[in-house]
Amino acid sequence: MVTQGDTGMNDGRNGETGTVKVKRGLAQMLKGGVIMDVVTAEQATIAQEAGAVAVMALERIPADIRSAGGVARMSDLSLVARIMDAVTIPVMAKIRIGHFAEAQCLQALGVDYIDESEVLTPADERYHVDKARFKVPFVCGARDLGEALRRISEGAAMIRSKGEAGSGNIVEAVRHMRAIRDAIAELGAVPEEELVARARDVGASLELVKEVAREKRLPVVLFCAGGVSTPADAALMMQLGAEGIFVGSGIFKAAAIVKNGLPEYDEGGFARIDPDIALRYARAIVSATTHFEDAQAVVEAHKSLGGARPMYGLDLRQLDEKQLLAMRGN
Amino acid sequence: METELKPVTNVPASVGVLALQGDVEEHLHALARAGAAPRLVKTAAELEAVDGLIVPGGESTTVIRLLDRFELAEPLVARVRAGMPFWGTCMGMIVAAHDVAQLDQATLDLIDITVRRNAFGRQIASEEADLVIPVLGERPFPGVFIRAPWVERAGPDVEVLATHRGYGVFVRQGNVIGTSFHPELSGDGRLHEYFIGMVQSARKAAAA
Repeated sequence: MVTQGDTGMNDGRNGETGTVKVKRGLAQMLKGGVIMDVVTAEQATIAQEAGAVAVMALERIPADIRSAGGVARMSDLSLVARIMDAVTIPVMAKIRIGHFAEAQCLQALGVDYIDESEVLTPADERYHVDKARFKVPFVCGARDLGEALRRISEGAAMIRSKGEAGSGNIVEAVRHMRAIRDAIAELGAVPEEELVARARDVGASLELVKEVAREKRLPVVLFCAGGVSTPADAALMMQLGAEGIFVGSGIFKAAAIVKNGLPEYDEGGFARIDPDIALRYARAIVSATTHFEDAQAVVEAHKSLGGARPMYGLDLRQLDEKQLLAMRGN
Repeated sequence: METELKPVTNVPASVGVLALQGDVEEHLHALARAGAAPRLVKTAAELEAVDGLIVPGGESTTVIRLLDRFELAEPLVARVRAGMPFWGTCMGMIVAAHDVAQLDQATLDLIDITVRRNAFGRQIASEEADLVIPVLGERPFPGVFIRAPWVERAGPDVEVLATHRGYGVFVRQGNVIGTSFHPELSGDGRLHEYFIGMVQSARKAAAA
């Protein structure tokens, strides 16, 4: 921590923390990188070794949340603290939609980013967290431009596609990235006098809508999340305009140890993984994200998996709307 | 030579930004505004084609591994040792350091400094603070610090060009500079102009 005194300068900015610039700025530093879901300190160490730019602490990986059902909450805080001690890269952690007390806990603990996430069970069906009031930055999921702009209006400093977490199916992430990208392009062509109505329709400030129309991009970094499970998936999403990748179940589900068709659990109740396969998967997805436009590099990334198969993927058309995590929050 | 050589100063300096990970685009825009010809550098061939290199903000643990994985570390070090101007911002300064305090982290050892990572604290301690930087003039420079490192030790050949909270945050040793903060996020182009000046001087010296 800081041990030395201030310089005594009074003019200009003298050590303002939690500004919009530094909150959005950390996401800018993560661009071109991969953020990996982890549930233990051991997994966080594997992610860092593989070249992850940050880790996301959560109670269970989305695929396990999906299969186990029940209420998914913020991670155990002593576990988040152990993850923070285990790695030097930024540590993010998830909270339930609207659960501002979980957010207060994570800010007090000192995590670097909070994901107000539809992957956990929502705590408030009407309101999201008033994120502008926090010094710690927030990332939020979005299915379309309107949802992204509402979250940014609430203070989100980074946006990710929702995709369909834990599904092993990239189709929803593709739908959301295309929806956001196409809507930004379309907004850029709207006559200025129509922007008031657009802002009202999506529930975002006119100033924000004008900025997106003018700059033809979101004012915050846009990552892809929800369904990435192979290096080629990462390359696809980067070519569709994602500025980086969240991988949830794609790594540690592919590395899960399965006996007689059932996953094995350790004494702590965590799914057992093969660390070698996890490292290979994590590395390969990082390499494909870096060199997403170079098919030969993506081929090398796939070859480096050594035949280890990706996680089982769900055909989302077979699911009920109730089972879709992306429908939570709007 | 059959072709007539143009005076080297009329050609914009070709400044590369290492594009393995980080805030590459922000540096490209700042360079373009400052009158340089920015280039993305992802491969050894692209590295060979630039007159100077910026390593942007990002995650040092990630980028040092990727430099190794994609066999860029060796050619990068060789070019900088041969005199190519180099600027590391935040992550880039960590990557260029001699070593990292209290961490067993590989670095490229391009400048004789020891850095401390996340020295000001975790993200909630990230801040904006005006800096006094005499080589850039009297006007304070808007410093943007994000999980920033500071310079804990500077060797005898290293000039400390700015400090913040008592520690070095802008250092230079010959053709290598490092900043703890992010001029590419500040909207102030003076540090990019300073670096482009270094690149142009190096080109003139090479042409002479």
